[in-house]
Amino acid sequence: MLDRIIELLPELNTAFLETMLMVGISLLVAVLIGLPMGILLYVTDKGLFLENKFVKLVVGIIVNLIRSIPFIILLVFLIPFTKLLTNTTIGPLAASVSLSVAAIPFYARIVESAAREIDKGVIEAAVAVGASPWMIIKDIIFPEAKPGLISGLTITAISLIGYSAMAGTVGGGGIGDLAIRYGYYRYDDTVMFTTVIVLIVLVQFVQYLGDFIAKAVNKR
Amino acid sequence: MITIENVSKMFKTKAGLVTGVDEVSLDIRKGEIYGIVGYSGAGKSTLLRCMNILERPTTGKVWIDNVDLLSLSSKELREARQSIGMIFQGFYLVSSKTVFENVAFALKAAGVPKSKRKNRVLELLELVGLREKANDYPAQLSGGQKQRVSIARALANNPKVLLCDEATSALDPGTTKSILKLLKKINQQFGITIVIITHEMEVVKEICNRCAVMQEGRVIEEGSTYEIFANPTEPLTKAFIQTVLSFELPAKLLENCTGTLMRLQFRGDIAGEAVVSDMLQTFSVSGNILHGKVEYIGETPLGIFIMEMTGERSEVDKAVAYLKERVNQLEVIQHA
Repeated sequence: MLDRIIELLPELNTAFLETMLMVGISLLVAVLIGLPMGILLYVTDKGLFLENKFVKLVVGIIVNLIRSIPFIILLVFLIPFTKLLTNTTIGPLAASVSLSVAAIPFYARIVESAAREIDKGVIEAAVAVGASPWMIIKDIIFPEAKPGLISGLTITAISLIGYSAMAGTVGGGGIGDLAIRYGYYRYDDTVMFTTVIVLIVLVQFVQYLGDFIAKAVNKR
Repeated sequence: MITIENVSKMFKTKAGLVTGVDEVSLDIRKGEIYGIVGYSGAGKSTLLRCMNILERPTTGKVWIDNVDLLSLSSKELREARQSIGMIFQGFYLVSSKTVFENVAFALKAAGVPKSKRKNRVLELLELVGLREKANDYPAQLSGGQKQRVSIARALANNPKVLLCDEATSALDPGTTKSILKLLKKINQQFGITIVIITHEMEVVKEICNRCAVMQEGRVIEEGSTYEIFANPTEPLTKAFIQTVLSFELPAKLLENCTGTLMRLQFRGDIAGEAVVSDMLQTFSVSGNILHGKVEYIGETPLGIFIMEMTGERSEVDKAVAYLKERVNQLEVIQHA
């Protein structure tokens, strides 16, 4: 069995890097687009300083729309879009497109609920002091929601590790793909166990790291 | 300094339109400390929030320092708010920022360059007595200290007005006293007009020059604090005054009283005891003080005594008439 694992190492290594690449890209996109979107959902809410029913409704519907599509279907549904963007439909880069699309609304909702945890009075005090909306977002909402934003990012990363296995089935590569190709189609238990253990260790590590950072930035 | 003209504020709720503030007009003078008292739900907080447009009045006008706040664009309103400080019952400090950063944020919001912020923040922390706590986080502070930080934040941009929304209601009596002292100092040192919302008459007695009593969204009584304490007219005002000047006599004592019971009220300029001793020498009655207290409202004393008078009925009547002319108020509680 040990021989089998050693034999597998190069392929496991590639698969691991592919998974990291997919999760990394989609996490980055989640932060770049999902975070502002979540903040937008929050600040346009009733009673807040940028209250706007229309924006809130439209963004809310888009978010719900994407979130209601099961990931495996989203994956297939987005193939034309993926092709347009990356010129291919296989490989980790192509898989990152649909992973990113799924990650954006997922993280946006987490950001929104993390922001909701802030005492509204704190935001009101900033309004009363004459701060501009941008300053309130940057200097109040952001630092106050930071622990929630970080643990939300942890949740998103772990979900994406799971999703990336699904992306593997349509040729995305990664650990999940390895597990399915060898472990499932070829009944190779060693590969199956090894990949599962790698995934467990990865998820544990991400969770630990996320909790650690979230705790370090929490001043409450 | 602050002029409120026919301000009303309605809220839409599931039960329909609810009136929070109902046609209120007030004129708060420059440099005074003005109290607004009422039970919770009387609309006093909403009225205060109309003064910096945290709550936009449904109808009416709000002027601060001759600026019509409701005519301003949102950018102009932000600038106007920099000269209207506000502190809250819940302090509302940013928990992820240090004391220093919390105060500095107000300066940043006003566009003060970074190089000038430091000195100003330290100056403000010195004023509120928290210089050595500059690098602490709010979670490490007591309630009174948190309120001091929020006062420093509110004063950062040299406001002309300071609005206090139940600022001492979450604090213990000792801390309340020290915060009120600080507010008074700020008022005297910088001439800042202060508006205080409270349900504690003690607070009004302690520092307010004038006050208004609110009930169901309306101002039902308004005047100098001394006048309100000495001559309350509305039942609600009387109830509020009683929380400070309470003279409940034990039932047992009342039962055993054989003479005429009366309540005398002396104003600052009358020497109470002298009047009573003159009366006792003039008429053949004897007096017995059962209860008494001199309260200082601001700096002016207001004395209230409960006295039992015994003697011939005709002499007692004459004595009462004599006192009525000389004291501020006399009320016969029970005849012999």
